[in-house]
Amino acid sequence: MRGLSRLLVFVVLVALLLAGCGGQAAAGPKVVKVLAMQQAGPTPEEMNAIVAEFNEKNPNVKVEIEYVSYDALHDKIVTAMATTPPSYDVILVDDIWYAEFAKAGYLWDVTDRVDAQTKEKVFAAAWDITTVNGRIYGMPWLLDAKYFYYNEKILKEAGFDHPPATWEELVEQARVIKEKGLVEYPIAWSWAQAEAAICDFVALLYGNGGRFVDDQGKPAFNDEKGVQVLEWMVKTIDEGISNPASVSYVEEDVRNVFSQGKAAFALNWLYMYDLAALDEKESQVVGQVKMSLVPVFEAMAKQGLKSATINGSMGFSVVDKSPNREAAWEYVKYLTSEDVQKRYAAHLLPIWSANYEGEALEALKALNPATPVTVPMFKEQFPYAHVRPKVPYYLEGSKALQLALQEALTKQKTPAQALNDAAAKWVELQSK
Amino acid sequence: MRSPKTISLLQHEIREGVLFLLPAMVLIFGITLFPILFTFVLSFTDTPLSNPSPQNFVGLSNYLSFLRSTQFWQAIWRTLYFTVVSVGVELLLGLGIALLIHARPPGWAFLRTSLIIPWAVPTIVNGALWRWIYNADYGALNGLLYSLGIIDKYRPWLTEPMRALNLVIVADIWHSVPFIALILQAALATLPLELDEAAAVDGANAWQRFWLIRLPLLRPAILVALVIRTVEAFRVFDIIYVITQGGPAFGTVTISYLTYLESFSYGHLGSGAALSFLITLFTLAMALIYVRLLYRPEVQG
Repeated sequence: MRGLSRLLVFVVLVALLLAGCGGQAAAGPKVVKVLAMQQAGPTPEEMNAIVAEFNEKNPNVKVEIEYVSYDALHDKIVTAMATTPPSYDVILVDDIWYAEFAKAGYLWDVTDRVDAQTKEKVFAAAWDITTVNGRIYGMPWLLDAKYFYYNEKILKEAGFDHPPATWEELVEQARVIKEKGLVEYPIAWSWAQAEAAICDFVALLYGNGGRFVDDQGKPAFNDEKGVQVLEWMVKTIDEGISNPASVSYVEEDVRNVFSQGKAAFALNWLYMYDLAALDEKESQVVGQVKMSLVPVFEAMAKQGLKSATINGSMGFSVVDKSPNREAAWEYVKYLTSEDVQKRYAAHLLPIWSANYEGEALEALKALNPATPVTVPMFKEQFPYAHVRPKVPYYLEGSKALQLALQEALTKQKTPAQALNDAAAKWVELQSK
Repeated sequence: MRSPKTISLLQHEIREGVLFLLPAMVLIFGITLFPILFTFVLSFTDTPLSNPSPQNFVGLSNYLSFLRSTQFWQAIWRTLYFTVVSVGVELLLGLGIALLIHARPPGWAFLRTSLIIPWAVPTIVNGALWRWIYNADYGALNGLLYSLGIIDKYRPWLTEPMRALNLVIVADIWHSVPFIALILQAALATLPLELDEAAAVDGANAWQRFWLIRLPLLRPAILVALVIRTVEAFRVFDIIYVITQGGPAFGTVTISYLTYLESFSYGHLGSGAALSFLITLFTLAMALIYVRLLYRPEVQG
């Protein structure tokens, strides 16, 4: 009898414990949980302010936002998606993950929820980011590309009054800069074993008339054009024009080297302008930093190609398994709306093409000390930005290509051999 | 002969005992056994990370494809190299430092306290620290060697696979030597002094006393430190993730890093699970070897 009553007490305790764990929230506003990143784009303060505005306007919805670094974002999302219901209702998705996530069924198909007007007023190139096989899986949000930065003071001291328009011209200028002892290694790159290396390679590849994949989706980065690019990369390191440490550098290292005046040229995302050109705390070259179109190789320049770079954009998507998809989508629409984007454009340029015309353009340029330069530069550079292939096995294929670039740069394989091996891996992934 | 009353009391106690143990058993099963069994089942499937319930039984093919891949064996080789070199150096340095502290030179208490610092630094922070030290354009290593006149200009350190691996090992040694030193120093402090004194009276010199008396007595402590550090070193991940991200050219991709790439970056949960089990087999084998080599009954107690 006593034993039985104890057993009962135990059972009740366990039941209470389980109820505590799985308990449903009491009735109230629908909670929409958002996963964003704290790196490039708007600051958390700006993001929080937008959330507060939305919550006030929608009393029946409560948005809660969380931030991680870019490098942690992909793995955080894939682990969070394993539970039902998932830990987040809205996620920030990088361009190169859309195919993988769409195939995995993480993302809500919003093709029929984007009205014709929105579709028309947002940059066409922006829709490429969130579209997989013709279906739209979210709103484009952060439009970015790699830009070409140069140190005007170093160039002037070397006797040049204009930035290079072609990579060949860059090499010539770099030789003079090096000979005059202005800097040891005139250009720094992000060629570490990371996605950053692919970004630089793609910019160079398209500037040489090459392509990542052909129309059938087969790898094309190992053709003649691609091999030429990788040979050029190796050569510039051998000659001491490219910083040899580039093989271990990502974007932040490039920014640090350039900001210390130890490089005359650099390729980096838009965020570097504000930090390197204007921020006394972050940079020793304030006032010397200029931007121009990313160069191309001479052969392509002769054919009329002005520039080529990499598109590194991101979008916000609603999670398919979310119980609050409608409310989540309302938040995504609000976050990317023309009005909000215009008011919070200090660190994030709008996706709406109308903001880049007439009076709106002048207002956009006047937003903060960086925008008079970054806004026109974006308008000029973004049309030349190339997206990487939208395939579900992208990360694994990219890793194979990163390995190939590094094998060539560390002289373990010839550029042709390394790229062919990566292409073989790519074909193998396709056939799976 | 027992009365029926005693039996019922005994049964009662057993029942109560089981009842008290139950929560712990549920916890252990839930946190340890279940995940291990689940991973084991996963390792025979091609389960993707996007839908992590076991599906599509593929037999041994996950295991076989790794055993056939050069990338796997290169990672194993690198991991073994990392483990042997880092644990070997750590043991020698740790033993030296422990003996030094044990001799109580002036300032030994300060030395012992400051020794904790590298060990107390989280591995991720340690990695970030060394990443800066090794930086080619503004790193402290270049600064030091340059101002000492050893190099005539700054050079990149992490751009060659083998050198990068060795430099990651140095960072790991800096972090882990204190752990071994502290364990051995604590063990030294508990050794009976009489044996040492008796040997000295019998005319044994310092080297003989160390080699023939102290070292054998330290064996259990060394074993513990070695097993813990070897298993840790074999699973090394975070310091590599921060310093090199596996580069250059996969030169610092160890077996744990490969598992991470496979499971989370590529989303192959099944083959990631198979890799985890291969790691477990390797660590188990190493632990057994250690026990055979070092755990001799006569030096116990």
